[in-house]
Amino acid sequence: MRAFEYVSPTTKEQAVALLSSTWGETEILAGGTDLLALLKDDIVRPRRVVNIKEIAELRGISFSMPAGLRIGATVTLQELLDHPDIARHYPALVQAARGVTSPQIRNMGTVGGDLCQRPRCWYFRSGFGLLARDETGRSLVLEGDNRYHAILGNEGPAYFVNPSSLAPALIAYGARLRIFGPRGTREIPVERFFRIPKSEAEREYDLQPNEIVTEILVPPPSAGMVSATYEVRQREALDWPLATASVALVLEGQRVRSARVVLGHVAPIPWPSPEAERALLGKTVSEEVAQAAANAAVQRARSLGKNEYKIQLARVAVRRAIQQAVGGGARR
Amino acid sequence: MAERNAMEMAEYKWPEPERRRLIGKRISRVDGPEKVTGRAKYTYDVNRPGMLAGKVLRCPHAHARIVRLDTSAAEKMPGVKAVLPLKKVGDEILWAGDEVVAVAAVDEPTAEDAIRAIVVEYEKLPHFVLDTDPKAAGERVRPTAEQVEGDPDAAFREAEVVVEGLYGASLITHCCLEAHGAVVEWEGENNVLVHVSTQAVSGIAGQMAGPLGVPAGNIRVKQDHIGGGFGSKFGPDSWGIAAAQLSKMAGGRPVKIMLERDAELMVAGARPSYYGRVRVGAKRDGTVIAWESETWGTGGIPPTSPLPLPYVLRIPNQRKRHVAIVTNSGPARAWRAPLHPQACLLTMAALDDLAAALRMDPLDLLLKNIELAGERADVYREELQIAAELMEWKKRWHPRGDPSPGPVKRGLGVSIHTWPGRGHACRCDLTIHPDGSVEVKLGSQDLGTGTRTAIAIVVADTLGIPLEAVRVRIGDNQYPPAGGSGGSTTIGGVSSAARRAALDALDQLFARIAPLLNASPDQLEAWEGRIRVKEDPSRSIAWEQACARLDGMPLTVRGENPGPGELTTAGAAGVQMADVSVDIETGIVRINKMVAVQDCGLIINMKTAESQCYGAMIMGISYALYEEKIMDPATGRMLNPNMEFYKLAGLADIGELVVHMMTGEKYDRRGVIGLGEPPVISPGAAISNAVANAIGVRVPFLPLTPERVLEALAKKGGSHARV
Ligand SMILES: Cc1cc2nc3c(=O)[nH]c(=O)nc-3n(C[C@H](O)[C@H](O)[C@H](O)COP(=O)(O)OP(=O)(O)OC[C@H]3O[C@@H](n4cnc5c(N)ncnc54)[C@H](O)[C@@H]3O)c2cc1C
Ligand code: SF4
Repeated sequence: MRAFEYVSPTTKEQAVALLSSTWGETEILAGGTDLLALLKDDIVRPRRVVNIKEIAELRGISFSMPAGLRIGATVTLQELLDHPDIARHYPALVQAARGVTSPQIRNMGTVGGDLCQRPRCWYFRSGFGLLARDETGRSLVLEGDNRYHAILGNEGPAYFVNPSSLAPALIAYGARLRIFGPRGTREIPVERFFRIPKSEAEREYDLQPNEIVTEILVPPPSAGMVSATYEVRQREALDWPLATASVALVLEGQRVRSARVVLGHVAPIPWPSPEAERALLGKTVSEEVAQAAANAAVQRARSLGKNEYKIQLARVAVRRAIQQAVGGGARR
Repeated sequence: MAERNAMEMAEYKWPEPERRRLIGKRISRVDGPEKVTGRAKYTYDVNRPGMLAGKVLRCPHAHARIVRLDTSAAEKMPGVKAVLPLKKVGDEILWAGDEVVAVAAVDEPTAEDAIRAIVVEYEKLPHFVLDTDPKAAGERVRPTAEQVEGDPDAAFREAEVVVEGLYGASLITHCCLEAHGAVVEWEGENNVLVHVSTQAVSGIAGQMAGPLGVPAGNIRVKQDHIGGGFGSKFGPDSWGIAAAQLSKMAGGRPVKIMLERDAELMVAGARPSYYGRVRVGAKRDGTVIAWESETWGTGGIPPTSPLPLPYVLRIPNQRKRHVAIVTNSGPARAWRAPLHPQACLLTMAALDDLAAALRMDPLDLLLKNIELAGERADVYREELQIAAELMEWKKRWHPRGDPSPGPVKRGLGVSIHTWPGRGHACRCDLTIHPDGSVEVKLGSQDLGTGTRTAIAIVVADTLGIPLEAVRVRIGDNQYPPAGGSGGSTTIGGVSSAARRAALDALDQLFARIAPLLNASPDQLEAWEGRIRVKEDPSRSIAWEQACARLDGMPLTVRGENPGPGELTTAGAAGVQMADVSVDIETGIVRINKMVAVQDCGLIINMKTAESQCYGAMIMGISYALYEEKIMDPATGRMLNPNMEFYKLAGLADIGELVVHMMTGEKYDRRGVIGLGEPPVISPGAAISNAVANAIGVRVPFLPLTPERVLEALAKKGGSHARV
């Protein structure tokens, strides 16, 4: 790890003032479960690290009706799991957080950090850049081993998968992010926060280098809503999911009045599937309907050579998430 | 006096069962409390005064030539105390991660800065890291001579059933949780102190003497505890030598080089991959008569050797061909039971496929052919029977392909294995102090297997004193030399040497005490803290009082393992069964239960013996389901040199593990036999067979990843291949 200056401001204004307006010069530190690895692997080389855990207003969870849920960016995954209102009203979020099966990481890792963590692409993590090109410009992902890479949104030049398990659930619930920067506060749907970078100079999310995610706002659960997250993960022990799906369905009687289906770990961004949603709308969820939605979700998926199996896994994740939501998800 | 003459040699025996207070019981490790409280010091924990941090610059390319090497900037950096090129301009590098320059600096960040300040230019050369297809390997194949026994052609013609299958296991690493490394310092011009993570405390000095130019006798080697070796830690390694040289350059200051996790996985050892096409011919009743195999695989640059095939069962007619593939995947090293897990998989999977083709229970097929196991056939028969009971095999086994509805299919698999486990050369010094305390010293090491505890048990039981009264000192090459801990040789070596030393010491003590008890030495015995007359136990003296008769002079006796005999022999046999569930929609395999039934002769400590089996099954589950050294065709580098994508089984992944150790007169009679390796051999085969039994099709290669399971299902076709 290279030397850097460490600062620990107590207000978001101070924090923003300490952040550079150029990527690479400074980094935000929350739980550090990702940032420390990036520093040690020499993937980021900031001259200053800005700790945001001392900023009181980034903490805390509150829930009320009809306001909904507010999660401070530095709330840990464990705090999220321990919160009774979240457990009751947002099962897809809880199931997603539970998938991070290491108590150490759940105790240190934050919700803001989960959304802003960097991709685990093994080429990115060994210094070949977000777009994983060698010195001649060819894509190492396409030439090399892409067993864990994207099956959707993989037209290039980015092929990594977004690593956040919380993001698909938050998007399914229609959550928004509050972001603070030099020009004050702005709000943006989680869905629009993520983007597929087109060049090495871009990040995979809509944040300026001197902006901080301060809180996550989740709308109150609508009447008749059922939701779930299903993840396909090889090991029970700490392991990255191979595919996840978060769904939130609003049922009217037995019929689906509205549907959100969002896949995780399959594309450079959390991947909402309007195709799957359309397959569900107006239907009574049966095994066949769930299957049709699952098929629709991966209709545009394509293998990069070594990750064809992930198409099947994504399909299963979607179908099982739908079935889980209808069968066992909390219903209001 | 008590010099045992040739006639009395037969006296070196293990005590009869009723005379064993400790041997064979479940005894917790003597160093357990130290370990769980963190007081146990591993090489990683050694921090010497004035110690420097050593780091190694590694080549990022899988195949390259060094065209420029400039260390001047690093040398000039403040805090950098020594810079040592390990390669020179013109040298060819044959795997990514190979060592190029070593540096020592006042702390780790400074050493890392120095590494970054070194300029190396490489001419990249073509690399090759693929191993699954010898036809794709072009020039890089190294065929071995065909081996033939009997008349395979005639036997295959005679066979009523012939099955052919493809099997294999990917390249994996040792993944020692304590990385390789050493802390080395010079004491004056000519003496070197080495703390090193090693499986061979007594063997290190001899390997360092040449490169360092000092007599081996001047090199002191120490190690209290080690965090795993599995066959990969027998030498000082280039980085250990480099640490010594850096220390010398830095005026003798201690230099610590412990490998980073990525280096540990890239260069500190790998188990070669082996793949093979196997044909087996049999009679319709299951009698196996013919074997043919064509194998290939890689262990990096040195060609892999042929496997011991067919494994355990000596099928009378065989033809075997092997082709090594030479790759830039990095160095291979002995991995816990070298060649056996792969040979076991190729054989047991082929036999399992044969059973499926015959619509026979594979357990019956093994029993049918068990005489082919030779000498140990009866042991296997007995073990198969016990394992079957523990697994409820007969009740739960179904023909290939679980017919039950739903995506989760369950299956059972079986495998058998063998391992020599002969005791190594070993000497120890046993001292009885006049205060009654006892010390045993030997240049051995405890790989975490419980060697310390085993030695203490043998000595305490022989002397009739409590375990706590024995102090075992190992991990120092100033103690009598003991063999390296490889090949499951340690338990046989140390327990034989310790038993002999203790018996001899006892004889000497008896000679002193006998007159006091009005008896002759051979009428005495040591029992529960007293020395007493066998025929008249009321005539006795407490151990401490007896030792006080040593006239203030400690009594020291040398014990030596003379090789196989009454105390230790070789040839362990084991059986394992696996019960798995496979989700055929995701290809994810879960272990429900595993059963290990194992013989290793006389068991010194039942608890640590069972622990070996538990640990081995966990390691086996890891390589069966998760582990792979993933080599990148594009860069030639290992893609997963970390603990997140180099996957090891966690507690939640291992299911229920059941261990049954074979005991009784028949096993005791054989003396002590090594156990470290045998139980790691069968898990891959047993699990692969269980998966085939569950899903109705063979998944050829380990690890059994979702990708491979789904691919096998897709090839098989049918309704549940795709959802
Ligand atoms: C082996 C392993 C397995 C894992 N499995 C999963 C999994 O299955 N699913 C999953 O979702 N996650 C998984 N994680 C990731 C884990 O959840 C994240 O590392 C964690 O949530 C990150 O939070 P943090 O607070 O530690 O972030 P940090 O490491 O502090 O920060 C991560 C990144 O986000 C930036 N950042 C942090 N907070 C903010 C903020 N408020 N505003 C702007 N930028 C910010 C930092 O600058 C940094 O770039 C896994 C991690 C490991 C190591
Ligand atoms: S192994 Fe355990 S203690 Fe060590 S870094 Fe990982 S979580 Fe922490």
